[in-house]
Amino acid sequence: MPELLPLYGKTLAELQDIVSQEGLPPYAAMQLADWLYKKNVESIEAMTNISKSAREQLVGRYYVGLSKPEGVSASADGTKKYLFRSGNGKFVEAAYIPETGRATLCVSSQAGCKMGCLFCMTGRQGFQGNLSSGEIINQLRSIPEFKNVTNIVYMGMGEPFDNLENVLRSTEVLTSEWGMGWSPKRITVSSIGIIPAMNTFLSRSSCHLAISLHSPFDEERRMLMPIQNVYPIADVVEEIRKANIAGQRRVSFEYIMFDGLNDSPRHVREISRLLHNLRCRVNLIRFHPIPESSLRSASDETIIKFRDALTSKGIFTTIRASRGLDIQAACGLLSTKGLLKNKD
Amino acid sequence: MKAWKEGDYRLQQVISNTRLAPGAFLLKFRKQFDFSAGQIVALGVSTDIEPRFYSIASSEEDELISVLYTEKPDGKLTPMLSMLNPGNPILVSKPFGAFTSFKSEPVFVAAGTGVAPFISALLSNKVRGATLIHGAPYPEYFYFSDYLSEKLGRNYIQCCSRCMPGSHYVGRVTSYLLQWDELDPNRNYYLCGSTEMVVETRSLLISRGVPPDRINAEIYF
Repeated sequence: MPELLPLYGKTLAELQDIVSQEGLPPYAAMQLADWLYKKNVESIEAMTNISKSAREQLVGRYYVGLSKPEGVSASADGTKKYLFRSGNGKFVEAAYIPETGRATLCVSSQAGCKMGCLFCMTGRQGFQGNLSSGEIINQLRSIPEFKNVTNIVYMGMGEPFDNLENVLRSTEVLTSEWGMGWSPKRITVSSIGIIPAMNTFLSRSSCHLAISLHSPFDEERRMLMPIQNVYPIADVVEEIRKANIAGQRRVSFEYIMFDGLNDSPRHVREISRLLHNLRCRVNLIRFHPIPESSLRSASDETIIKFRDALTSKGIFTTIRASRGLDIQAACGLLSTKGLLKNKD
Repeated sequence: MKAWKEGDYRLQQVISNTRLAPGAFLLKFRKQFDFSAGQIVALGVSTDIEPRFYSIASSEEDELISVLYTEKPDGKLTPMLSMLNPGNPILVSKPFGAFTSFKSEPVFVAAGTGVAPFISALLSNKVRGATLIHGAPYPEYFYFSDYLSEKLGRNYIQCCSRCMPGSHYVGRVTSYLLQWDELDPNRNYYLCGSTEMVVETRSLLISRGVPPDRINAEIYF
């Protein structure tokens, strides 16, 4: 018996290909999209405006492809961390972060990560595989708080631009009229700045972009993020300038603050020079310590001073609240390394 | 969708594509742009297939650029690269990347084809007093070993993970570094290899007292 293929996460064009291959009428693609992404059915049998014979035909080759989380941890602050099994048998995590008036879901795009950043737990588990578009959106669709989520950030495990096509498929499903109908202004894709993929993303998507900055200085950023050897941050910023981002689309720079490393007035001056006249914001993040790391977070007082100094240079700067620290769901802590050998 | 855009690459001809070991090849083509040792090029065989990055393994002075690669049976590009013959076309980007500043008396730590940037630096006489610790599964994967033995003498250390005890250290580079009694936290360490190798080696060096700012890594991704 042939292996069943998942429908969830397919774009309209891909659904059109499927109905064409199956000899179904062209309008069936839109019907499939409607059932998958608006009516949120969990089986092909439930797609009742598709003819019974067509459903039987589809059931022989496809299934919806949703998968429920296999575990959940709840933080005292209301954050929840969900554990999902990906198609290649590896595990990924997603963090649901409720706040007053909004709820953000932080999704993973890969199992593990190849980028090897010094401060990140995910990087320590190496790379296990890309998530499909369906596996990315399933992290939203299959949590109990699905309907409460107001914002999605691609800031979980993995580097989204190292899995660009699946990330773009997923944002297409999320933002299309035929799909889930989300505004792209409620979706942020975060990257360390893989330039060719970033340029493709900027031209093919309207979602917000976040870039991991962490240091404006070459040697320092290289120590924190080996990608600096391939795509220096100055080149990344230059490409963003060329993209001439306008309207409501937002570019932000993520900046984890390390005690005594990247929290000085010299850093403020260099960030100010790097981002001069670029319409963007800087998001300061406390460092959440990881085992066997000598890195420490800057103090709250230092972070506030840093924010004020950047603000005085004309750069809109915010401080991200740390959420889910007690369940290792905070920024940089997602990891399923412990499960790699424990579960099949 | 095209994976390469016009202007991203130049069309070149393969000069040679030599099998060094099972699944391991040295590809050569003519140099069209100057480069610095440690830089990479993107290679492709068609504009429809995503290019991959490879460190240059030749001297800055050579007229040819050499690239080491291993064939990934389930990969999109390397099975096609391995079939290239002299005269076949290949897409090559301009050299780029900043893994190029090697301080004096560096310690190079490489796994597999990750030795390429260090070979380039040594062939280009960009460093003095280097130590190279190279990991490979079998002896035939110690590329350029004759040259490296002659150039570095006892400062060329082969860590062979699947060899019988004898002429090589048997084990991975991390095992070697863990018990290396000449490890000097004041030297600069340059790592090149897979994510797993780099992350593990970096953690080990830090645990042995090497400050993170003395560790520079190039990850194959």
